[in-house]
Amino acid sequence: MEENRINEIKLEFEAVSENEALARVVAAAFIAGLNVTVDELEDVKTAVSEAVTNAIIHGYKECGGTVVMNAVLKKESADTYLLTVEICDTGVGIEDVEKAMQPMFTTGLEHERSGMGFSFMEAFMDKVRVVSSPNMGTVVHMEKRLKVYDERQ
Amino acid sequence: MESKAREYAIIDNYLCIKMPTEVDHHKAAGIRECADRMILDDKVKNIVFDFEDTTFMDSSGLGIIIGRYRKISCFGGKVYAVNTNERITRLLTTSGMTSIIEVVS
Ligand SMILES: Nc1ncnc2c1ncn2[C@@H]1O[C@H](COP(=O)(O)OP(=O)(O)OP(=O)(O)O)[C@@H](O)[C@H]1O
Ligand SMILES: [Mg+2]
Repeated sequence: MEENRINEIKLEFEAVSENEALARVVAAAFIAGLNVTVDELEDVKTAVSEAVTNAIIHGYKECGGTVVMNAVLKKESADTYLLTVEICDTGVGIEDVEKAMQPMFTTGLEHERSGMGFSFMEAFMDKVRVVSSPNMGTVVHMEKRLKVYDERQ
Repeated sequence: MESKAREYAIIDNYLCIKMPTEVDHHKAAGIRECADRMILDDKVKNIVFDFEDTTFMDSSGLGIIIGRYRKISCFGGKVYAVNTNERITRLLTTSGMTSIIEVVS
């Protein structure tokens, strides 16, 4: 990709659990052309899986709906790219985002959730921002800087 | 649950669960259901989660472990993880799960 060029995808899918794997595979494929490490690839897959799973089970209460994944890849310099991934739902939303993002906080105890989803997103991505309002939905915005080997070498 | 015999084995009072390639929310319900049936029917005391085939796991895996731990710990049972790759070992340790599950190498 040329300097300052941008690549962008949008994936829209039904909020069913089968699509958790689909979303993370698409995200991985989106950056597969870069020479990223296996660990970085797994980081992105895990973060996407967390956000998509949250949309399905919390946002839409496992009753279905539409989840949108937007991913943007921007070349920043000869060997760095900025990956931005957004997972959007129009489900129930989050009343207190700060509280929801605390490690071990969960409203899904009876569904055996551990409350570690946001912690994993924050651990595996460089930046995680959540915009949400009750009954409107949730957008999880994540960024990760990917350092790659120069493709031309 | 197609190959239940291969995925779930009872050796003494240990239930060994062969975890799938990808452990996520989609796979969690099936694992939970099978494991709990065997815990009830076969009076299992301890559980061994075998991650030999597992290349991906998210927080749904932690939920499976915590749930099974709750079921057997009140009877003095223990939970183990075997054949974890480097990433899954790291996931279990950094999330504090090692206070309830012993990672055997
Ligand atoms: N898309 C969403 N819509 C509504 N609520 C959400 C959404 N995402 C997260 N939440 C809320 O934030 C809480 C914390 O989310 P987090 O992913 O950290 O933990 P969890 O999903 O409860 O458990 P785990 O991810 O470990 O299985 C959830 O329990 C839920 O109440
Ligand atoms: Mg979650």
